[in-house]
Amino acid sequence: MTAVSGVVLEAQGITKTFGNHTALSGVDIAFHKGEVHALLGENGAGKSTLIKILTGAYIADSGVITVDGETVSFSTPQQAQVLGIGTVYQEVNLLPNMTVIDNLFIGRQPRRFGMVDRRRMERESREILATYGLDIDVRAELSTFSVAIQQIIAIARAVELSGKVLILDEPTASLDRSEVEKLFSIIRQLRDRGLAIVFITHFLDQVFELSDRVTVLRNGRLIGTESIKSLDRASLVRMMLGKDLAFHHAELLGEEAAAGETLMTFENFGLAGKVQPFDLKIHRGEVVGVAGLLGSGRTEMARLMFGIDHADSGVLHIDGKSRQVRNPREAVELGFGFCPEDRKIDGIFGELSVRENIVIAMQARLGWFRALNHDEQIEIAGNFIEALDIRTASAELPVKLLSGGNQQKVILARWLATDPRFLILDEPTRGIDVGAHAEIVRMITRLREDGLALVVISSELDEIVSYSSRVVVMRDRKMVAELHGADITPGVIVQTIAAQPAEAEA
Amino acid sequence: MKRLQFSRIISPQLLALAGVLLFNWIVFPGFFDVTWKDGRLFGSMIDVINRGAPVAILAIGMTAIIATKGVDLSVGAVMAVAGAVAATFAVAGQPLIVILAAALACGIVCGLWNGALVAYLGIQPFVATLVLMVAGRGVAQLITEGSIVTFSDPALIFVGTGSVLGLPMPAVIAIVLMIIAHIVMRRTAIGLFIEAIGTNLSAANYTGLRSQMLILSIYAFGGFCAAIAGIIAAADIRGADANNAGLWLELDAILAVVIGGTSLLGGRFSIPMSVLGAVIIQAMNTGVLVSGFPPEFNLIVKAGMIIIILVLQSARIAQALGRKFGPRQTSEQTR
Repeated sequence: MTAVSGVVLEAQGITKTFGNHTALSGVDIAFHKGEVHALLGENGAGKSTLIKILTGAYIADSGVITVDGETVSFSTPQQAQVLGIGTVYQEVNLLPNMTVIDNLFIGRQPRRFGMVDRRRMERESREILATYGLDIDVRAELSTFSVAIQQIIAIARAVELSGKVLILDEPTASLDRSEVEKLFSIIRQLRDRGLAIVFITHFLDQVFELSDRVTVLRNGRLIGTESIKSLDRASLVRMMLGKDLAFHHAELLGEEAAAGETLMTFENFGLAGKVQPFDLKIHRGEVVGVAGLLGSGRTEMARLMFGIDHADSGVLHIDGKSRQVRNPREAVELGFGFCPEDRKIDGIFGELSVRENIVIAMQARLGWFRALNHDEQIEIAGNFIEALDIRTASAELPVKLLSGGNQQKVILARWLATDPRFLILDEPTRGIDVGAHAEIVRMITRLREDGLALVVISSELDEIVSYSSRVVVMRDRKMVAELHGADITPGVIVQTIAAQPAEAEA
Repeated sequence: MKRLQFSRIISPQLLALAGVLLFNWIVFPGFFDVTWKDGRLFGSMIDVINRGAPVAILAIGMTAIIATKGVDLSVGAVMAVAGAVAATFAVAGQPLIVILAAALACGIVCGLWNGALVAYLGIQPFVATLVLMVAGRGVAQLITEGSIVTFSDPALIFVGTGSVLGLPMPAVIAIVLMIIAHIVMRRTAIGLFIEAIGTNLSAANYTGLRSQMLILSIYAFGGFCAAIAGIIAAADIRGADANNAGLWLELDAILAVVIGGTSLLGGRFSIPMSVLGAVIIQAMNTGVLVSGFPPEFNLIVKAGMIIIILVLQSARIAQALGRKFGPRQTSEQTR
């Protein structure tokens, strides 16, 4: 037992195995009142597993969990909640089609004469949200608010329900800078109220900005818990990776010399209400970075290119022909591939094996009747598992059991298996930890060198700058600029994104 | 594929079947007696596979549909339509090949209708197929003009009551269809695509699968299977009864698929397991009859048995057993 009196939640010797894959092995961790405790680790390090055990979603094979010094065992998230442990996940898991009030009170509505007391709920909702500096119409449907506000509502609910430990699983993944600031001030406020806050993120800046202590996991083992004051960036990265990170940064590609011949040209391509018509020429062996804020039309542009939405204006010139891209199948036939932004919803087949997830696009291209036999599938999957260093206990494991970064690699492998000539990657490094992040960035560069044409959408400017041959900037559903050579710097990109529309026209 | 077999052999379905058969044998010691008479086999076991054949055939089509996260409530009504068509053509003196072609084509058209509503208009399968479940019986009644159309075409009757190599014709048809369907699913990419669509339709579309076309085809196949079952049912009673042919059999077919381990949420499926599910259901029905229990018990016994099978299949129970008997079971790696 730790001597610190402020320990509110402690876990000792937590071990969890899935089949013959050890996800966690003898992990000890303690969270104190009034601290922000960052939990870090690469993909597959065991962060999510640990969180799921601490919140009752999984049951540990062995180990002890204590809350306020008393040994507890919970087998459902509800039990954990009652004991004071609340969680807010990356994807807000509230009810989008119900009102803010309902979301805050569902399952614990105050009653008056046996009826739900809506007036009191409304008043309390306002009061609760006021403490978070939020003044919104609590009677409106949750889905009418931005993700950031939904996240704050989710936090408010978790704090109301639990109130001792608040676990935030990558809360900033889909927020912009000012929203992150807002969230951080709320987190600090909650910390000052005495909550223990567990903060999972992939942004090291945020760790240094917000945390008091840091725990690092690697390959299911505890590497250490340190006070943030005793750490610098390099030592933290070393703890996470066990090696110095080889991040080739800001290697400016300069002239477009690297680019090869023209592969295709999107001419006047657009869809009313989604993306204004744009022109874009794409060469072999180049990466076209797409920068822009959320909602700027960058994902919509990718969807048009891949035929998920059907462009209502413009043509694609490719292979000496002019044509339309009416659906993803036609795009795949043209040798396109698309790694969507939301892996879980549009990317992976969770129940299916890693092998099936890798071969499926290739098989889709071959059609219904020219089936790859089992041995061929095993070989293809095996090759890509090795080439992309996909960490999985076996090619037959359901892909949903893999960590986010490895799932992303599986989707990349799926397209590479089709031998594409053009790949669209939408936020390929979102929600992925530093190690896999660097690997994906390196992979993008390698694919470019192999002569592939890539369009990569990313919110991380440093990243875009490091691999793009050209950068196009989207704003208000419009392609507003194309940056070349020396203009490809985070500073110029930010200016372009932030410029007033009138200036950008010039 | 071979290495999957061991875990499959001790599946809950086979345990359940063994249990049901054991029960039948205890209450009716003659249950496993099989005799050879007039060039064919007779006995309770033969009766089980003979009587179970229509539901098994429906379950074959239903499996693929359920694996895409769909359901087809109209198969019972489609049986009635196909039976009515077959009977009408038989009465008109058409040759067997024409009778079969017409009835099967009817089934496929019904399936295409369902599939078009689901795949292209995006109507929920439950509602989309409910339309034909109601309307189909009306169509069948129109075809038979409200009466039971009886026929005496020996070729058609043979489909329902004949035998091949001593086995009853319906069972032979079911087994052959099962084998062909299984091979087509697993030797082509269709099975994988169905599982992909059932697991994540959006991802399937992003991957470039022709998912609408595949869903349409699968409902058409479901209609085709229903037509076969309808022909057998009509041939068996030498007549088409638009009101009662295939009545409630869609529910037995869905049940057979679920007992066979295919989730109603779509994804992984196994056609042979669904057929096994149909055999279990029929073994229970036959068991209650031969045991001398009043037939009123039939539904209760069936419900009880189903609960037991579903409990055995539940992931939570498997997990609980896994914890008790060592970590081996939780691995889930061979699927």
